[in-house]
Amino acid sequence: MTETQELEQLVQREYKYGFTTDIEQEIIPPGLDEDVVRMISAKKHEPEFMLEWRLSAFRHWQTMKEPEWAHVHYPKIDYQALSYYAAPKSQEELDADAPESLDDVDPKLLETYEKLGIPLHERAVLAGVKGANVAVDAVFDSVSVTTTFKEKLAEAGVIFCSFSEAVENHPELIKKYLGTVVPQGDNYFAALNSAVFSDGSFVYVPKGVKCPMELSTYFRINAKNTGQFERTLIIAEEGASVSYLEGCTAPQRDENQLHAAVVELVALDDAEIKYSTVQNWYPGDEEGKGGIYNFVTKRGECRGDRSKITWTQVEAGSAITWKYPSCVLKGDDSVGEFYSVAVGNNYQQIDSGTKMIHLGKRTRSTIVSKGISAGRAENAYRGLVHIGKTATGARNFTQCDSLLIGDRCGAHTFPYIEAKNASAQVEHEATTSKVSDDQMFYLRSRGLSEEDAMNMVVSGFCKDVFNELPMEFAVEAQALLAVSLEGSVG
Amino acid sequence: MALLEIKNLHAEIDGKEILKGIDLTVNAGEVHAIMGPNGSGKSTLCHVLGGRDGYEVTQGSITFDGHDLLEMETEERAVAGMLLGFQHPVEIPGVKNIYLLKEALNAKREAQGLDEIDTFTFMKQVRELVASMDMDDAFLHRGVNAGFSGGEKKRNEILQMLLLEPKLALLDETDSGLDIDALKVVSEGINRMRGEERGIILVTHYQRLLNYVEPDFVHVLYKGKIIKSGDKTLAHRLEAEGYQEILEEAS
Ligand SMILES: Nc1ncnc2c1ncn2[C@@H]1O[C@H](COP(=O)(O)OP(=O)(O)OP(=O)(O)O)[C@@H](O)[C@H]1O
Ligand SMILES: [Mg+2]
Repeated sequence: MTETQELEQLVQREYKYGFTTDIEQEIIPPGLDEDVVRMISAKKHEPEFMLEWRLSAFRHWQTMKEPEWAHVHYPKIDYQALSYYAAPKSQEELDADAPESLDDVDPKLLETYEKLGIPLHERAVLAGVKGANVAVDAVFDSVSVTTTFKEKLAEAGVIFCSFSEAVENHPELIKKYLGTVVPQGDNYFAALNSAVFSDGSFVYVPKGVKCPMELSTYFRINAKNTGQFERTLIIAEEGASVSYLEGCTAPQRDENQLHAAVVELVALDDAEIKYSTVQNWYPGDEEGKGGIYNFVTKRGECRGDRSKITWTQVEAGSAITWKYPSCVLKGDDSVGEFYSVAVGNNYQQIDSGTKMIHLGKRTRSTIVSKGISAGRAENAYRGLVHIGKTATGARNFTQCDSLLIGDRCGAHTFPYIEAKNASAQVEHEATTSKVSDDQMFYLRSRGLSEEDAMNMVVSGFCKDVFNELPMEFAVEAQALLAVSLEGSVG
Repeated sequence: MALLEIKNLHAEIDGKEILKGIDLTVNAGEVHAIMGPNGSGKSTLCHVLGGRDGYEVTQGSITFDGHDLLEMETEERAVAGMLLGFQHPVEIPGVKNIYLLKEALNAKREAQGLDEIDTFTFMKQVRELVASMDMDDAFLHRGVNAGFSGGEKKRNEILQMLLLEPKLALLDETDSGLDIDALKVVSEGINRMRGEERGIILVTHYQRLLNYVEPDFVHVLYKGKIIKSGDKTLAHRLEAEGYQEILEEAS
């Protein structure tokens, strides 16, 4: 059978499975096999190379075993029980299963929005209320915002679009860079993502261009239904620089329990990429029921000399987070940075950290990790600093601080250092502290409520990381932290 | 009505009685000095007045400005106009001094039904106070007490007091650890607070502060009780004779 025939057949089959506009049929039945992978690719009108890429990832995934970790516990996921493709829904379809109005939305969610200071019309969008996007258009004129912003980027030569659009319009870039940082078989979840990824973001900043604005998924809020297997690829050519903000500080309504995203960053000579995340998915209730499992592979490669990649993250949501944004420092004199605040409350489990792989000469990395645990949360930092044989004069500084609120929570630190070059300098500092009674009493004696006092101590603890966030994000992150820790005092 | 009225106050920490029946009345407009040997319960009294957790009042009553103080949370006492100047101000790394000042002021304004202070007015006011305390603006942007020298911490306490304008200031050894110039600056700050509508309690070991801030009353606290009260001459006597004679007299 020729490729074309095969494709055609698939397209037909696809109809058999019911890829019509009929809402009931929009989602393919649960289960995962090669046909499903083919269907996803065909449905997205992907070129041949993309399908092959997915298939080889799928075959690899089948040979792999789901990892087990000492510090994260969750019921076994049945991968055959999940559905791997939901066609991008039209507004009508979105509305069909959306709440009628804010009155139908979980009051707890709304309360949280209020505390975060999110304007009413935005709350509706976040909660997925029927027709809310329209309302946003009316208030924000987001269409025109998006347009002016797209024009400005185009003028600079920056490409910022959905991953699907990129596959369609810039296949040469996808071919050249996709999977070059996170290979298909990198880990169980990355392999799964490579086979069935739905959509995501693509950024390309050409040589010498400083991206004229912060790029944010926020602008693409109506593209939020990209599903659980997101794929992001960011490329900064020689001398280019870009700052990318992922996520949104409000908890999003989300029906998917498993999230397995892949993010790849490529920085060529003298290029700089700053990637900031504020993650606040549904963490589950006070009893630990529900919530998102967030297994994500994020990696940046400083491919060029003197390039720099900075990961900044504030992790406040999800029931289970498993995440290690990493940097591969290939270019000489390249720099990797990781600034992280991970906060867990109630029954949240967080296993996060970073890997800094030093390969180039005089490469430098900085790791600042701030873990906050409250309630019965377990928070683990797992970090690897690897200094390769070739990395003469490499340096790393790691600062790993844990803050405990109450005495039923836990903090664990697992720093791994592998130094294969004697000239390397690796420094590690770790502290564990409790919010002290003295601090609480001092602040309360200045008129601050118990919660405000706690938030103040905590945000002070996080300051080094918040300083790395873009201004408006930092303010939101602070508010988010306050909401996340609610109920952890008194 | 007295600003502060303490009656037969007994308090314990971890089941150990530290305050054993204190009576003290402070009227608006008065400055009281509390002196007494180390470990006699001066700081404990301050913390009990501040409402610190773990300091259990077992007997007695305290009224403050018409409120039953013992029914109030620490922060309620603060916004009602009580300010505790700490003997050992704690460090809060990463929280800018200026941020705490603003939050504290706004907490008080909120309790009074006022809007948040606008940043411009606030900055102007704070800068003036900082200058009056002979402090550098840079202090505003450092972490609260973080890495401050002993004397700097004490100045910072007075700075907070001047901004918050409490009805009752309880200053626990604010003069300890100050150099001669700083003592003067701090004393001037306290004297500026002095007024018809305010009460001040100074906990101190030394006459030198009282030379600058003349108290209306001096009390000697010993083993959890006020064993003697008098006017400022009592402090002179202590300075000249030490505690021995007065303790004997009292017993
Ligand atoms: N947490 C505690 N547990 C047990 N005893 C305590 C505690 N805190 C204070 N004390 C005791 O209470 C007594 C009074 O202490 P306090 O600090 O009030 O004294 P003070 O008069 O302020 O002394 P100084 O002049 O040295 O500052 C001391 O004997 C002290 O050891
Ligand atoms: Mg004391």
